[in-house]
Amino acid sequence: MTCAFPNNGAVAEVLVVEDDAAVREGLQLALRRQGHVVRTAESGELGIEVLVHHRPDIVVLDLMLPGMDGFETCRRMRASGPIPIIMLTARSDDFDVVAGLEAGADDYVAKPVEPRVLDARIRAVLRRSAADQPGGPAAAEERHGDLVIDRSALEVTKRGAPVSLTPTELKLLLELSRTPGQVYSRQQILSAVWDHDYLGDSRLVDACVQRLRAKIEDVPARPEYVQTVRGFGYRFGRS
Amino acid sequence: MTAPRIRSWLAGLRPRLVAAFAVIMILGATTAAGASYVFARRAILEGVQDQTMLKLRDQIAAYLPTVSLPPSQATLDSFATALKSSNALVVYRELHSSSILSIDDVPGDLRHAVATTTNIQFQRVDVQGFPLFFVGIPVQTGSGRPSGLEVYAMTRLTDQQEAIDELARYAVLFSALVLPFAVGVGLLAARQVLRPVRALNTAASQLGRGRLDVRLRAKGSDELAQLVTTFNHTAAELERTVGTLRAMEADARRFVADVSHELRTPLAAMNAVTDVLDEDADQLPPDTAVAARLVSAETRRLTRLVQDLIEISRFDAGRAELRREDLEVAAAIGDTLAARGWEPGAELAADLPSGITARLDRRRLDIVVANLVGNALRHGAPPVEVALRQDHGDVVLTVTDHGPGIPADVLPKVFDRFTKADTARARSEGSGLGLSIARENARLHGGDIVAANTGTGARFELRLPREAW
Repeated sequence: MTCAFPNNGAVAEVLVVEDDAAVREGLQLALRRQGHVVRTAESGELGIEVLVHHRPDIVVLDLMLPGMDGFETCRRMRASGPIPIIMLTARSDDFDVVAGLEAGADDYVAKPVEPRVLDARIRAVLRRSAADQPGGPAAAEERHGDLVIDRSALEVTKRGAPVSLTPTELKLLLELSRTPGQVYSRQQILSAVWDHDYLGDSRLVDACVQRLRAKIEDVPARPEYVQTVRGFGYRFGRS
Repeated sequence: MTAPRIRSWLAGLRPRLVAAFAVIMILGATTAAGASYVFARRAILEGVQDQTMLKLRDQIAAYLPTVSLPPSQATLDSFATALKSSNALVVYRELHSSSILSIDDVPGDLRHAVATTTNIQFQRVDVQGFPLFFVGIPVQTGSGRPSGLEVYAMTRLTDQQEAIDELARYAVLFSALVLPFAVGVGLLAARQVLRPVRALNTAASQLGRGRLDVRLRAKGSDELAQLVTTFNHTAAELERTVGTLRAMEADARRFVADVSHELRTPLAAMNAVTDVLDEDADQLPPDTAVAARLVSAETRRLTRLVQDLIEISRFDAGRAELRREDLEVAAAIGDTLAARGWEPGAELAADLPSGITARLDRRRLDIVVANLVGNALRHGAPPVEVALRQDHGDVVLTVTDHGPGIPADVLPKVFDRFTKADTARARSEGSGLGLSIARENARLHGGDIVAANTGTGARFELRLPREAW
């Protein structure tokens, strides 16, 4: 098979969970042509099985699934580890988007899917895992209160215990903590973390901040590290 | 009350009813009083007259046998003295008795009448406001021949006139007393009529404002109660019809929504592989390549159409949600233009002053701006001018093109679904829903879009309130 590789490198192993055979096959074909290795599953249960056995790099998850629905599947996958998840939703169906993000999805793509858009999002998510390597091994660890951020090892510990963050959560934390005290707007965060060139959905930021707070804050309802600046955005710091 | 309110009150039913009642009552009272006045007056006066005449006649009859004809002055005088209690004047040809009543006081008409007839004559005269009653009797001899003697007597009717005047005063007084009573009764009757009328008016205006469940209680069985019953029947029928129509419309819209959703999954599959078709078309036999590109292009169009249908059915179902956030409007619009590859240049001139902020739904603003600018670029002619400004509490975005403008017959329905300005280009790039969706999005913000022709093209003006209200 002659494959065009418009984006060289960054070949990912993608798990597509989609119940409709035609859509599944179409996405598989399109993603394979973008250079990815694609596995498919037709239900949430099967998807979790593939996830456990093959450890793909990223999951593309349809929310409308028979049996175990997309939200539940997302929650279980999220519980099993920091695997990035991109969900497929009906366009701007607000309830779906919010519920999906609350279930732990990193990003979403509206249906019907433009393969190029999906590919761009996949690559953006994957870049997050490797994006923050600043040249040398210098200044490895930063300490913010009880939180220690290791920018080269991409590890975060809190009072010595490692904190398991998804690539998106990690990238968000790294971006915000780069200049503590500075206020970032949601759009700034979206373009820095999600690589959304325009019109990102700011709910992505809010949902990710919630998840990050649940992992690093002592009391998520009264955050000390990721603080909300009403009407504008977020800032990092213990004030 | 102001002058217009007074005018409108006067034009109402109430003053007319009150006036009609007052007129009827006064007419009735006046007629009754007037009639009784006339009859009473006649009865009083006739009583006096009869009394006077009878007394005089009896006195004459008693004295006449002693009178010898022709009488001398002394005879006339003693005759008058005999009739003294009637204050009479006795005349014979040129002679007359020297009485208190002077011959000159007797009206000429009466004298003439007495001279030419054999009956008793009388006349009422007002002298300086005093009513006087004159009686003239041509005296006949015992054998019934005229004796040439004439007896006149005068009575003052002052007391009677005073009684009559009193009667008239009471008539006027009672008529006047009746007036407020008439007004009161008129107001009461007007209220009786007007209360149901006002209730009907209120109910009808509520019905007009869409409250189709409004009903009135019919009291009694008069014409107004019938009107209320008719109103209730009409409202019920209207409610039923509108309900049926709404249900039908909702069914039709739900059908469109369902069809769109059903189309989405197969389209998603096809859409996933259109890139593959495009990329490999070059390596296909020419006819197959054309077919592949056609399928690919039409799949994308169909996808857009279905997406727009789903979007608009979300508005129809009232499920469109607004997610406001603080925006720098110029930057947001700039993002929209840049994302579509619409860079300012010969085709597009953008005047987007920074510093205008608003709480808007970013995604919906993007849809509106993309539709307006895309529409101008497709159907108008360059340059397309995009200008942003702040107008009190609103942000206003105008998109002006220099094309042929919108045909007059299309202008009123340019925001309707599937309206195409150019029938020759019926299958244009757009879905035909773009402007409808744009306006729905603007209205969801509490704003609106209006279209107009400038004379050198078309202008769409988007107006959105800066703050949620």
